[in-house]
Amino acid sequence: MPETLIFWGLSGMAILASALVIGQRNPMYSVLMLIASFGALAGLYIQLDAPFVAVAQIIIYAGAIMVLFLFVVMLLNAPQEDAADWDRTHPLRQRGVMRFGALLALLLVLQLTWALLRVNGVDVPVAAQGDPDAVGSVRALGRILFTDYVFAFEATSILILVAMVGAVVLARREGDR
Amino acid sequence: MDLRFLIQLAIIGFTFFMLINASALLVLAERKIMGFMQQRYGPYLVGPHGLLQPLADILKLLMKEELRPKGADKWLFTLAPILSVTAAFAAFATVPWGAETTLFGLLDEPVSLGVADINVGVLVVFAITSMGVYGIVLAGWSSNSKYSLFGGLRAAAQMISYELSYATALSAVILLAGSLSLREVVDGQAGTWLGFIPRWYVFLQPVGFIIYMIAGVAETNRAPFDFPEAEQELVAGYNTEYSSVRFALFPQAEYINMTTMSAVATDLYLGGWHGPFLPPEYGWIWFLVKIGAILFTYIWVRWTLPRYRYDQLMQFGWKWLFPASVLNLIVTAALVLYLNA
Repeated sequence: MPETLIFWGLSGMAILASALVIGQRNPMYSVLMLIASFGALAGLYIQLDAPFVAVAQIIIYAGAIMVLFLFVVMLLNAPQEDAADWDRTHPLRQRGVMRFGALLALLLVLQLTWALLRVNGVDVPVAAQGDPDAVGSVRALGRILFTDYVFAFEATSILILVAMVGAVVLARREGDR
Repeated sequence: MDLRFLIQLAIIGFTFFMLINASALLVLAERKIMGFMQQRYGPYLVGPHGLLQPLADILKLLMKEELRPKGADKWLFTLAPILSVTAAFAAFATVPWGAETTLFGLLDEPVSLGVADINVGVLVVFAITSMGVYGIVLAGWSSNSKYSLFGGLRAAAQMISYELSYATALSAVILLAGSLSLREVVDGQAGTWLGFIPRWYVFLQPVGFIIYMIAGVAETNRAPFDFPEAEQELVAGYNTEYSSVRFALFPQAEYINMTTMSAVATDLYLGGWHGPFLPPEYGWIWFLVKIGAILFTYIWVRWTLPRYRYDQLMQFGWKWLFPASVLNLIVTAALVLYLNA
């Protein structure tokens, strides 16, 4: 019973915080709400007996990436989101682009519904607390990442490296060394 | 309610109480050691040899008026110090500080000294410590003052830069111990080599230990890396606009973070509560001695070295410390693989 209560509390918090990220106009609060939502997600992972995923969620998303977000918001120091005229003529706000976005969003919703409907038929392995070979344990996770999924793992890391190098190249002004 | 549960609660309460005491004692120690290094007495008037000075400091701060700048963000201005100190306390939650004990035969089964023992303890400490940045960054932003904002920005950049080296140095020890639980890391350091050298990881990881300590100083914003508050440039940095209890929470968080950092260093590198002469029941005495030695070094460094320049800090962090820690990790990984194969 208490587990169910905690689950509803955490998921309610995650949904509410995520809604508030886009629901209000102050970018600073948006960032903080996103952090709160990540925190709630980490709590849900712990309930799923995956403490490593939960801690990784906090370290990577809430701890590192969101600090960078906060850093950018602070550098811009914009207390309110701009809704000026130039904003409406922004290339991303044209009708065709917005329709494409809506289509993508619809596709995502369909995909999610399909995935959620399929979940019932799949056997979810139950992790035993303290078992070193349990699904959520660091040992099992590491072994799977570096055997079965080693290609996806390395490809992802190269992708991230490419993105990083690309950002550096794009951000460098002409005439810099 | 069984006895075991009550004892566990008592241990949690005791840890909390000792952390508060540690921050008070460190204020005094800092001023006393600074005085000693500058050939003065330091605080001397309140209590014998100035021992009650922390109490006087706290009373003084409690009596001050709480000010909030007009343009400050009302919620975040209050939230920031709370966040800081909460993260500082919470980070100690998975740090064990003594061997399992029956409390001199009071209990049938041994109980572990420490708040919680979970199998990813090292990572939890790291995760919660990285949450502590938000307190400082938000304090800097919400004050609506340029000095505070600069302090907050510097804190964000500095902590992200040094967290990397810090975590990479940690991973090398985790490779040696083969476990992410702090208790198991400590237990891997029991015994001696050749009968007299204690099996502490500091002897296997001298480079890692030095990197950990340097990154630790930067993580807790202590001199010579105290850029978020650099008095000569930024008045007081992120806490310029704070007064009274809200202000007091920031140094408290800093001192508790120092304690956590030293406790984790003791557990990871210095063998935790293992040491000669004392029976394991009294291992916590060794733990206290080792923490004390590291904390003294912290204070010693602060009052000996001048502050770096900000670009030097970034250069050092990214071009020296981080490559060194990665190299250390790779060499350790290769050796562990070679010796275990």
